[in-house]
Amino acid sequence: MRSRLFLWVPLALFAFFAGLAGYMLTQDKTEFVESAMIGQSLPDFALKPAFDGLPGAARSDLVGGQPRLLNIWASWCLPCIAEAPQLEALQAQGVEIVGIAIRDRPEDVANFLARHGNPYTRIGADDISEVQLAIGSSGVPETFVIDAAGVIRYQHIGDIRESDIPILLAELEKAR
Amino acid sequence: MIAEIGLAALWLAAALAVLQMVSGALALRSAEGEANPLAIYARPAAVMQALLAGLAFAMLVWAFAVTDLSIKLVAANSHSMKPMIYKLTGTWGNHEGSMLLWVGVLALSGGLLALFERRLPERTMGATLAVQGFVALGFYAFLLLSSNPFERLPVPAIEGSGLNPLLQDIGLAFHPPTLYAGYVGLSVAFSLAMGALLTREVNPTFARVMRPWVLGAWVLLTFGITAGSYWAYYELGWGGWWFWDPVENASLMPWLAATALLHSVAVLAARDALRTWTIMLGVLAFSMSMLGTFLVRSGVLTSVHAFAVDPERGAFILVLLGLYIGGAFTIFALRAGAVAEGKRFSFSSREGALVFNNVMLSAILAIVLLGTLYPLLTEAFDVRVSVGPPYFNPASAMFAIPMFLVMAVGPLLRWKEDSPRRIRFEVLLLAAILIGVIGLVSFFGQFALLPLLGLGLAAALGVAAFLPLRGRKLTRVPVATWGMVLAHFGIAVSLFGMASEGAFTQERLAAVAPGGSDQVGDYTFTLQSVNPVAGPNWTAIEARIAVSRDGGTQVILTPQARNFWSPAQSTSESALLTRWDGQLYAVIGNQAADGRWQIRMWWKPFVTFIWYGGLLIALGGVLSIIGRVRVDMKRRKAVSLGDERRADPEALGTAPVPAE
Repeated sequence: MRSRLFLWVPLALFAFFAGLAGYMLTQDKTEFVESAMIGQSLPDFALKPAFDGLPGAARSDLVGGQPRLLNIWASWCLPCIAEAPQLEALQAQGVEIVGIAIRDRPEDVANFLARHGNPYTRIGADDISEVQLAIGSSGVPETFVIDAAGVIRYQHIGDIRESDIPILLAELEKAR
Repeated sequence: MIAEIGLAALWLAAALAVLQMVSGALALRSAEGEANPLAIYARPAAVMQALLAGLAFAMLVWAFAVTDLSIKLVAANSHSMKPMIYKLTGTWGNHEGSMLLWVGVLALSGGLLALFERRLPERTMGATLAVQGFVALGFYAFLLLSSNPFERLPVPAIEGSGLNPLLQDIGLAFHPPTLYAGYVGLSVAFSLAMGALLTREVNPTFARVMRPWVLGAWVLLTFGITAGSYWAYYELGWGGWWFWDPVENASLMPWLAATALLHSVAVLAARDALRTWTIMLGVLAFSMSMLGTFLVRSGVLTSVHAFAVDPERGAFILVLLGLYIGGAFTIFALRAGAVAEGKRFSFSSREGALVFNNVMLSAILAIVLLGTLYPLLTEAFDVRVSVGPPYFNPASAMFAIPMFLVMAVGPLLRWKEDSPRRIRFEVLLLAAILIGVIGLVSFFGQFALLPLLGLGLAAALGVAAFLPLRGRKLTRVPVATWGMVLAHFGIAVSLFGMASEGAFTQERLAAVAPGGSDQVGDYTFTLQSVNPVAGPNWTAIEARIAVSRDGGTQVILTPQARNFWSPAQSTSESALLTRWDGQLYAVIGNQAADGRWQIRMWWKPFVTFIWYGGLLIALGGVLSIIGRVRVDMKRRKAVSLGDERRADPEALGTAPVPAE
């Protein structure tokens, strides 16, 4: 009988693995890297304009007055197309959005805005991702709430969906 | 139309898999001698299925070749501006396409088995084809229900989003198809093992039928792993050749199981021993390839390879895994007790050595499996760990070293029973080489223990590989034996490369201004200039580095840091200078604020031997297949000749019917 029981060992080991793997599959896996800069002051930067239509962006443009959104995006980024209407909706609610275009070309930026709308007041060109890295963003698109004192208050990772608009508006209100 | 033809072919193939499964199962149920009328469909269904799955894959390749952007998969993974070769290889550089390739190879091997294999009893064959159909059906369902490669976009895309730049390399043309073919070859071994277990036909004939499939799968895996290792070595630009990444392990584990299976099937074929163990390994080898598929595609583990991270797909594969492997282990547990024990043998015999190494291989497999899955286990308790070389290297070496020692003398032993005293001379010779080399190397410098042992073992194994030929007439040595000699020698060569890389590599990370020089090993390198260059879908900065060895002739190396724009990603293209005794490996990094460039240089003595060894091992496997198949053909011919001779007098009614 002992040898018979021994034959069930592989199945038992496999069942344990399958159970574990099944359990792990149901677990939420956040692939997102949250910025360590939340609650910290925005690092100093000054970026040249991403194209001829709008001025570039510097830290001083984000400080003072109302809280603003800082949107990290790129014309080559597909989710950015998806979030373009949501950014316009936010702009329509009176939110000022400053853009930073990552590794982009002026003509592509202009094309993108012509095709998908322009919710920005300023767009800086971050050709080597220096500002992106400095504020702890690991991908495009990402959106940050910056308060009047220049402190990073909130980070939204990924494209902004319709359901995210109230959350962002509430965060902007909190940062006031 | 292309997509629709492909999809239709896939559905038809799935339907035929059902027919194959049912018909095979009926053949299994029918009693000895009387055939179920439906049972005859199993073989044609398998063959037809192979053609249809092949057609579906050809259609997808076609869609990629013409960049049909109305197909979602093409739009998401290709780009009209890509070079043709990468359009084609892009077919399997993604989840859906690679699954289709997998299924295509699976159907093809099932078709070949059905078409050519006539040695097994029909019931066993029926069971085997039923299992094969069942396995294929699961993958068809996976493709058709959750990963349809032919899905159309509602509106055709204007431009594709490109292929991951790391995959835009000739490596992609060979590495995945060979590995898949290897994994899938193991599925045939699995089906055969299940067929034999279900019909209790675990015997040398079965082993001889199974052996070429195992050998073939093993050769392909060996080749695939070797190619993959070299690809990662020069493409990732990290200077390493094996990272113990979950996906690398996922290809290593089936290889370890297949290596064990290969040797145990040889014992079964030659000596009718190790019956249950062979079946067990047959199931295990395929389990490991399925497990690999699961780990890569479900995203439960973090890896540089994870390309289709999708829990839903993961769940689907897990269900398939449960059905196949859970089912197989259940049948194993129920039936294996009924498989009669094979022939016995003493510990000091060739079987004994093979069993010992089988156990060692299984132990290494367990070590790798544990290390790979351990993060999964701890993450269930919210602890993130990463298991790396500090675990894998010593833990696997603990079993690899005794294995290599036994491997050196095993082939010298006789079957069934042998006295160790008979091979006293050889053992002493090998021990002298081992100790001599270790002593010599450690006399010249301080090295880590493992590389040191590796060097000694490599030397001993290199000599030991050829000892089985001693005293034999070389022209009369069977081809399969040459295969073994070559494969074992390949292990020695590869081990030498690994140990040498580990012991003697010299690294230099320097910030060099254009015009500046530095030194690594015997080489002096001068950064001549750094220039922008452009390719078909990337731009890069390229360094021109002049290197010379001991002041000899200068050679120019041009490592690049590339930026792809579709999709946007940067990669590091290393530049290699290959010499017979090693490789110089150059990578260009970032520019420092003062205008100097980071240059990373390695001199890796004999590193190329790792892959030469891998190729030798694969070549040995090929020789072995040729030898085995030739012998089988001869035997088959002799048997059929004998049948004819007996049949002739019977037909004349003159001779008594010989007793079978």
